[in-house]
Amino acid sequence: MTILRPIFYLALLAFIVAAPFIAPEFRTQLATLWIFIILSMTWDMTGGQMGYNSLGNILFYGAGMYIAAVVGIAIVYNVGEYTNAAGGGIYKFTDTQYFLGMALGLVAAGVLCAGIAWILGYLLFGLRGPYFAIGTLGAAIAAGELVSNWEWVGGGQGIALPVYPGDDYENAKLFFYYLFAIVGVILFIFLRWFYSTRFAAAINAIRDDEEKAEAMGLHTLRYKLITWSIAAFFVGIAGGISGYQLIHFEPLETAFQTINLGIFMVVCVLLGGKGTLWGPIIGAILFHVVKEVTWNYLLGWQWVALGALIVITVVYFQDGLMGWLARVKPEWFGERVMEKPDMVAEPAE
Amino acid sequence: MTKIIEVNNVSKSYGGVKANTDISIEVQQGGITGLIGPNGSGKTTLFNSIVGYHPIDSGSIRFEGKEISKMQVQDIARLGLLRTFQQTRIYGDMNCVENMLISMPHRKMTIREAFTTNTRADHDRAEHLLDFVGLYEKRFLRSGSLSFGQQKLLEFAMALMNEPTVLLLDEPTAGINPTLINGLIDRLKRANSEFGITLFIIEHNMRVIMNMADSIYCLAHGELLASGTPSEIQGDQRVVDAYLGAH
Ligand SMILES: Nc1ncnc2c1ncn2[C@@H]1O[C@H](COP(=O)(O)OP(=O)(O)OP(=O)(O)O)[C@@H](O)[C@H]1O
Ligand SMILES: [Mg+2]
Repeated sequence: MTILRPIFYLALLAFIVAAPFIAPEFRTQLATLWIFIILSMTWDMTGGQMGYNSLGNILFYGAGMYIAAVVGIAIVYNVGEYTNAAGGGIYKFTDTQYFLGMALGLVAAGVLCAGIAWILGYLLFGLRGPYFAIGTLGAAIAAGELVSNWEWVGGGQGIALPVYPGDDYENAKLFFYYLFAIVGVILFIFLRWFYSTRFAAAINAIRDDEEKAEAMGLHTLRYKLITWSIAAFFVGIAGGISGYQLIHFEPLETAFQTINLGIFMVVCVLLGGKGTLWGPIIGAILFHVVKEVTWNYLLGWQWVALGALIVITVVYFQDGLMGWLARVKPEWFGERVMEKPDMVAEPAE
Repeated sequence: MTKIIEVNNVSKSYGGVKANTDISIEVQQGGITGLIGPNGSGKTTLFNSIVGYHPIDSGSIRFEGKEISKMQVQDIARLGLLRTFQQTRIYGDMNCVENMLISMPHRKMTIREAFTTNTRADHDRAEHLLDFVGLYEKRFLRSGSLSFGQQKLLEFAMALMNEPTVLLLDEPTAGINPTLINGLIDRLKRANSEFGITLFIIEHNMRVIMNMADSIYCLAHGELLASGTPSEIQGDQRVVDAYLGAH
């Protein structure tokens, strides 16, 4: 097993790099798949690992999209004037301005979204169970409404960003695919380590019995804030990249899309298995494939099919694929009774 | 000996029920103090007041000279004042070793240290303490699958893992097989003498508490009925009456 593992990861990495060339006609869909993967993995940090089911993580996606866009514009132009012209084409960006703006924008999106999560967490982490879910959903809906009434960032029209430099649109597709992939791979490596730390054990304790964790003196609020902020950091960056990929986005349908992506990420995690490293990834892949297929072949019925999938998952399949596997094949998941422990507990995979 | 916990004139009622009325007690540092009384006499309520589980109506509670009656549960726990639950609370989906590792004293840990993996020494300590309470063989079992008595032992071990200064135990021998009780008494005494943990114990089993405590308080109907050494308590007619009257 120990020798197989690095081989497996190397093969996986090679596949990730090669994927847009194996299936060149699906480059945009593959990039979207990474969004699903990133949002699912980060959702699981609080939902699966900490027991706080947020329905509002889309807030960080939307906020990240706006922050990255505004920063990218602001380094060259006056944002109010730019959005007023509604992308009338009068504004030009050099290649350097484009890439520098995007880079600064993505950093700002990550950092500021982490800050937003910290502040929001102070207000919302007093809520438990469904109340937290509704509270976060409310925050996301309110954020979308606020932004759509804010003329400086384009109001309901949203923002039109400069297009990717060059004439070959395939280059843009590849660029955004790899950008998402890099964020996703870094997130995966981070979480693999994160879930092996004492900190992660503490957030698991919060999930299993928060009152006991408090009675044992754990810094429960601090740990919850840190966890959600890390999740928001990655979501914010993903949102920022999406904005540049989409070129034009608007507040309610694209950025703060609570009922689409905001719910999909939860379904992906439930489908794959909460509280595991791989569950959210597998769930995201499954969900994305089902979604693309129904979109292409069930025209008009796609929402019905997707709704049915959600209902079936929630009602009959709550533990997800990984949870089901852990039940039928417990030995794969390190269920031991008497043997010596490993030096380091492996994160559940 | 110095007083490590001082409870002065504490009252607590739930709606119309006066669960504690004007209670004053002291816990001596380094000792074993007992708290007895019939069912519903307010023992658990007093524990809850001390650890900040609910606000008290009046009175003062000091720990190491510091007023703690307005503090939150986590903050009090981080002072090194820990409690176990009468109903036993463990993390049922995790195995015993995981339960132990989560119980490491986070108050002694910086955020940087929290972002590291448990060391060999941590694992050894967890297993050593599981061995100490007799759960070594069960250490990789899901803790929720343990019997109630075993869960009590696990919760005790988790509390020891947390390296408290004072440990409040709510009926540690409830549900423990009578043949194992002597062993548990011995372990509680060793936790006190070897690990230097001050113990404050609620106990219904008279033989157990008389055998361990150096000072005992008896509650009845939410009021302090009597206090003294085990032999004084044993010879106190009011205590005998309270117990007989309750049955
Ligand atoms: N959360 C609560 N809400 C309302 N009443 C309560 C609550 N907790 C305790 N009481 C009441 O307070 C009184 C004291 O209860 P407490 O649990 O402190 O007794 P106890 O001495 O620990 O009893 P036991 O030996 O049965 O554990 C009882 O009359 C009980 O019904
Ligand atoms: Mg009680």
